[in-house]
Amino acid sequence: MIRIEPREATSRTFSVGVPVLSALISLAFAAIPLLAAGANPITAYGEMFKGVFGSVFAVTEMLTRATPLIFTGLAAALAFRAKLWNIGGEGQLYLGAMAAVAIGSGLLDISGILLIPIIIVLGAAAGAAGMAAPTYLKVRFGADEVVTTLLLNFIILIFVQMMLEGPLQDPMGLGWPQSAPVLDQGMLPPLMDRMRVHSGLILALVLAGLAQFMLARSVWGFKLRAVGENAAAARHAGINVNRSLFGVALISGGFAGLAGVSEVAGLKGYLTADLSPGFGYTGIVVAMLAGLSPIGVVIAALFIASVFVGADGMSRAMGVSSFLADLVVSVSLLCVLVGGFIAKYRIVRSGKAGATT
Amino acid sequence: MAENTVLKLSGLSKRFGSVVANDDVSLTLVKGEVLALLGENGAGKTTLMNMLFGHYLPDAGTVEVADANGVLHALPLGHPQAALAAGIGMVHQHFALAENINALDNITLGSEPLRSLKRNRAAARAKIDGIIERSGLKAPLDVPVGQLSVGERQRVEILKALYRDARILVLDEPTAVLTPQEADTLFSNIRSMITDGLSVIFISHKLREVLEFSDRIAVLRHGRKVGEMATTDADEAKIARMMVGADTPKVARQEMSPGAPVLSLKNVSVSGRSQRETLDNVSLTVNANEILGVAGISGNGQAGLAQLIAGLVQPSSGTIAVDDEDIPKPTPSRMVQAGVGRIPEDRHHEGIVGAMSVAENMVIERLDDPDIQSLGLLRREAIADNAVKLAQAYDVRGPGVDASARLLSGGNIQKLILARVFERAPRLILANQPTRGLDMGAAATVGRRLLEARARGAGIVLISEDLDEILGLADRIAVIRDGHLTEAPTNNREQIGLMMAGAAA
Repeated sequence: MIRIEPREATSRTFSVGVPVLSALISLAFAAIPLLAAGANPITAYGEMFKGVFGSVFAVTEMLTRATPLIFTGLAAALAFRAKLWNIGGEGQLYLGAMAAVAIGSGLLDISGILLIPIIIVLGAAAGAAGMAAPTYLKVRFGADEVVTTLLLNFIILIFVQMMLEGPLQDPMGLGWPQSAPVLDQGMLPPLMDRMRVHSGLILALVLAGLAQFMLARSVWGFKLRAVGENAAAARHAGINVNRSLFGVALISGGFAGLAGVSEVAGLKGYLTADLSPGFGYTGIVVAMLAGLSPIGVVIAALFIASVFVGADGMSRAMGVSSFLADLVVSVSLLCVLVGGFIAKYRIVRSGKAGATT
Repeated sequence: MAENTVLKLSGLSKRFGSVVANDDVSLTLVKGEVLALLGENGAGKTTLMNMLFGHYLPDAGTVEVADANGVLHALPLGHPQAALAAGIGMVHQHFALAENINALDNITLGSEPLRSLKRNRAAARAKIDGIIERSGLKAPLDVPVGQLSVGERQRVEILKALYRDARILVLDEPTAVLTPQEADTLFSNIRSMITDGLSVIFISHKLREVLEFSDRIAVLRHGRKVGEMATTDADEAKIARMMVGADTPKVARQEMSPGAPVLSLKNVSVSGRSQRETLDNVSLTVNANEILGVAGISGNGQAGLAQLIAGLVQPSSGTIAVDDEDIPKPTPSRMVQAGVGRIPEDRHHEGIVGAMSVAENMVIERLDDPDIQSLGLLRREAIADNAVKLAQAYDVRGPGVDASARLLSGGNIQKLILARVFERAPRLILANQPTRGLDMGAAATVGRRLLEARARGAGIVLISEDLDEILGLADRIAVIRDGHLTEAPTNNREQIGLMMAGAAA
């Protein structure tokens, strides 16, 4: 008979070992379809590695891909720490992107030193507003934020499409549903010549560090952790639970909004309705892989970006479908979830009565 | 004696993780006796009975039960159905009754053949009437169980066990929810069932009823059986010594004259979601240097009173004043600022954030304090120093102040809360069930701390379902019943019991 018992304490080895092991197991699993496709997994993974680390260009591409994932990962991680289930990162990303092109594409024609901060702040504010509404419904009426934030994603996306064929449509765009480009001085400066990696990455890293610091060291972070771990005790102790939830909702939505700003004003230059290939949802995976730690989010975002960019490289070199990347990411997430369970509980095999464990 | 043995537990052991709940416990039960199983909370009483009943699978040991002819047979372990078939009936502390159907159906539920299309209710009723006749366990059979009193529901539970021809009845803390009068009735019913050939094990930690009603006493401590004796050879001191392994410290209480009022409630009503959270036009004054004991049966508005004083609910009418200062919109932080220290009823759920450290839990109520934070950043050294100091002063033991608070034992969690509350020298202390679930040593510490706070000049509201605790600590006693609060005499257990039951005061 197999029983499950809770562990008294989760060791540090587990909190680091589980994600690392999960990543390795997922690569091992992915070898099966690779074999089925007639590819040698070792060579395939070699190509994958080359596709990420084989050249300076490859590395910068990976970093470019990781940038929005750090933002959306932070958005999910912080909200989830407070047990506020923000599934609406995708929609908030588009709100941020929309704010960025609305302001940056000519509404304000001012110097970049002013324009860039304004775009960043208002983009974050738009994302924050997108999370404030579901949080208000949750606090006031008990509406489940999983449902409201998820459904808002679709509403916002359709709204974006409407705007792109209406007020935000580029008059020079030959009727394509895309926005006017962000002014040159409003674009986030690139980090390297002729590479796509841009200073949005620096912003993401700084904010991740700041989030890590505030979570551990500030009264705000203290309250957030208390509300997330035991809202009843936090309330009893005099912490204003609703205020904490609103605070983290605004920050979470703001981070997701920044992902949109960063993609529009750092990379693409203009907004289309296919700006994000699901960065908002992938951010949730990033946050879970990271164990909801902001620094972990950076590492997990780099991992997932590597898998996706590497799989593209592998696909080009070997003719294997790059959908393999989705498989690797999904299996690693499953492994982390199972690993998290094993870290909290132990599985005991107990024999018939008479045997002692 | 051997041929009269109806139940024999041999060498039962059970571990949960690294916690040893039962270690090599052996116990026999003789036909027609009442065995009291005593021990502090966490001593392993309930675990032992759950193994007997098949809810838990023991790691080691055997259970033998006598059949109708008195011959012992090994009981297959881990199968409640086998235990039922062998004639073991168990009445849990929390009843397992369907509230929307009547007592008769509750009693017969589960013991009717599944394949028969017709229910023989007349035969069932006749059988139950016979049991009621012999045992005296009176309960209305045709009313939905939801409308019955707690005492009646308990009788239905016992009837359910007897209906299944139980020859061994296990009662887990049967009097925890009863008034003293109801408890007396229960035990006299048990007496008449015994003459009918039943054997009873009852779990308790109330020494008084154990001495009065049992034939034999077995004491568990830390999962082991530490003693067994005939009740005629026992006295309170002897049992208490056995339960805690040492003499219990007596709480010395000096007479004091009450000072100025620190809490006044005037015609306060609270409309809660249930009866336990509802208060109806309550007026109350607690003075400095005074402990007000609030007695009552569980669920009569204690939670509402506690939430009100803790700042968790707003009164729907009436006024609440601390130290003569009206608090129009109480919130938890507002009450803490006004000098109210709160010891919550459910210390795991409301008292601590288990995933956070002991040190963090010790400052969770004073995050605005400049000693704890400056400019919104936590002063980590100050927090650590504070924790080390408090842990020492209040004897909080565990894996250290940086460890998660959930790793502490129940008693140490309560000491952590006491440290947090008492360190701020509160004017008013709300102590809601402060010793529930604690061992005697930790409970004595709580009592001593409350008396110290009283001597310092604090006013204390002590809400407890343990009448002995209230009689031992309180200067004044109020009884809460259906959300009403009535002042009661401090020395008349009988009359307090009647008031708790809602009889004329």
